[in-house]
Amino acid sequence: MTTLTETTLSPRAPLWTRLPVVHQLRQSVGLQRGMLVAGLVITGVFILTAIFAPLLAPYGYSQLRDDSGSFGAQQTPGGSHLLGTTVGGYDVLSRVIWGSQTAITVMVIAVVLSIFAGVALGLVSGYFGGWLDRVLVVICDAVYAFPALLLAIVMGIVISGGRSGLWGGIFAAAISITVVFIPQYFRVIRAETVRIKAEAYVESARVLGASNGRIMFRHVLRNATRTLPLIFTLNASEALLTLAGLGFIGFGIEPSSAAEWGYDLNKSLSDVSSGIWWTSLFPGLAIVLVVLGITLVGESLNDLADPRLRSRRAPGKTAATSVVPGGTLNAGPGGIDGLEASSPASDQHSNDDPFEAK
Amino acid sequence: MSTVALKPSAPTGGRASKKKPSQEGGIGRYLLIRFLLIIPTIFILVTMVFWLMRATGDPITAALGGRLAPEQLAERIHEAGYDRPILVQYFEYLGHIFTGNFGTTISTNRPVSEVLLTYGAATAELVFYSLLVALIVGIPLGMVAAYWRDKAPDAVLRVFAILCYATPVFFAGLLLKLVFAVWLKVLPVAGRATTGSELEMGFLPNKTGVYTIDALQTGDPAVFGDVLAHAVLPALALGLLTAGVFLRLVRTNVIGTLGTDYVDAARSRGVNEYRLVSKHAYRPALIPIITVIGLQIALLLGGAVLTETTFEWKGLGFILIEFIKARDFVAVQGIVALLAVIVALSNFIVDIIAALIDPRVRY
Repeated sequence: MTTLTETTLSPRAPLWTRLPVVHQLRQSVGLQRGMLVAGLVITGVFILTAIFAPLLAPYGYSQLRDDSGSFGAQQTPGGSHLLGTTVGGYDVLSRVIWGSQTAITVMVIAVVLSIFAGVALGLVSGYFGGWLDRVLVVICDAVYAFPALLLAIVMGIVISGGRSGLWGGIFAAAISITVVFIPQYFRVIRAETVRIKAEAYVESARVLGASNGRIMFRHVLRNATRTLPLIFTLNASEALLTLAGLGFIGFGIEPSSAAEWGYDLNKSLSDVSSGIWWTSLFPGLAIVLVVLGITLVGESLNDLADPRLRSRRAPGKTAATSVVPGGTLNAGPGGIDGLEASSPASDQHSNDDPFEAK
Repeated sequence: MSTVALKPSAPTGGRASKKKPSQEGGIGRYLLIRFLLIIPTIFILVTMVFWLMRATGDPITAALGGRLAPEQLAERIHEAGYDRPILVQYFEYLGHIFTGNFGTTISTNRPVSEVLLTYGAATAELVFYSLLVALIVGIPLGMVAAYWRDKAPDAVLRVFAILCYATPVFFAGLLLKLVFAVWLKVLPVAGRATTGSELEMGFLPNKTGVYTIDALQTGDPAVFGDVLAHAVLPALALGLLTAGVFLRLVRTNVIGTLGTDYVDAARSRGVNEYRLVSKHAYRPALIPIITVIGLQIALLLGGAVLTETTFEWKGLGFILIEFIKARDFVAVQGIVALLAVIVALSNFIVDIIAALIDPRVRY
């Protein structure tokens, strides 16, 4: 199951075709390619918006007045405020654009932190085994089984005691999300490590006298990280949803320090009852679009990596068949198999999806 | 348990058939082990929540700090026992949880267990309806997508499934509210029932707190209709979130079973296509769905917090946010601990059902 017939990795293939996403793009065909391209475009627009937010946004995220006076609250879309103004008197368009910056910052911090923590724990746990492994597996299963948002709320209380300024708020959100994600990376990397540990080349390295650290990082880790880009995309969208959820229930970042879509939606709750739609529609659509884009990319990569889901592929190219070992996202919570060092096959699955752990 | 759920090809044979279930121990042993596994799960979650919440300081200072004079504050902290060593408090807390005592709220001075009972029924009702919506929407659509795999219906449904996931439940709620409650005015904006209905149900001798049941008890069709109308939008918002999961799951699993020999055999016998999908291919794909329902309970409970806030549905999630705003961390801790217990228990129950249905699970 773990055979990796990567003919495309032969030295003859030009470098750019071997880059992760480019490679899958060439491999895809038809509907699959359409979904991947759509996802890439949306994600690209999102990233560009975040980078160029200061140029794109007509006003600042906390700007309440310009030269001609105060903006006024709940102005209908049109005129100098294309998407209207909020109940607090902010320009909706500007806050939607600035919100992309907050979103991307939190996503990057959360995913990077959880990759480091999850990979380190999974590697150590899988490699050394023993009681440490068992304890970590039980803890991660317990955390994984728990509603992610509740855990994030508890972490949010601990870190910031509620709401806070720009970096305090961003880190509080990012760390809350990290705690939720660690078990996922942990499980995947651990399952891979357990499998790779038994490979002949690891044994050879040990016979040659390589230290544990060297085997772990040189031999095991390098072979265990193949699936990470996949989980990475799925988790990025989850991070945004969790951030928005936290913002919506009042763990947001103050409007004076940054724009955050979930917070804006929370403030628009009462507007909806009086028929004011623009304050909630646009930040909400922003969330949906970004999550949609990233998920389309992640989903396409997932399908392309799974031979059972891939019906056709582009002709003339032998595709890299990287069966996702250790599964992508959801190995269920504390089952018996979670305790036993299960064979990688039992952890492997493909029906799971980004939907699982939110 | 996850083994079967996560292997859509399990019923198709292949690897699954090679892996012989070990014969040692039957269902009894499996039940016992699975039950014992709940204990560490609950223990870990409760412990984590306790230490995390306590890292913010003692609950009295958090709730009342700045509002009381320092001497009064110290006195109340002493009364509540928060000035004792933290380990002593921790073991006391564990003991209390064990006996079902989740503490007393600071802001409203009620036992947390009473709060849980009052609001738990509302959340249970919401989660139940949502699950219903999710299954009714997700399963048939999943079969459709699997049958027309890679064709137009499949493409549309897959995008729909991703949209279900990509739309935050509160945004879906806001949109539904805007369209059906504000613009079309066909459904109520928020709440669980109108004040009139609530009054009528208030006179019942044995209230359950589950409004659907209470409304039936009143025997008044108007009250019943009112209660149902209030439940439609929240259940849709939360249910659609999960419907995408079921849709995808059914699709993947039915695609797996549609490719099997016995489906080919049935087709060659002349079984019609509808029956082929809905019976032959769907039945074996059902077990993973049962398992995933268990996993979805956690997702639904998390989503319920947001849905309840959106629709002012007075359940555990709604009250949880109220307590957070009041910085009443004893109550927060109690609610979170209870939800942890519910999640662990529901996973256990689902595992048992899966094991009873499919002997392959108990290895």
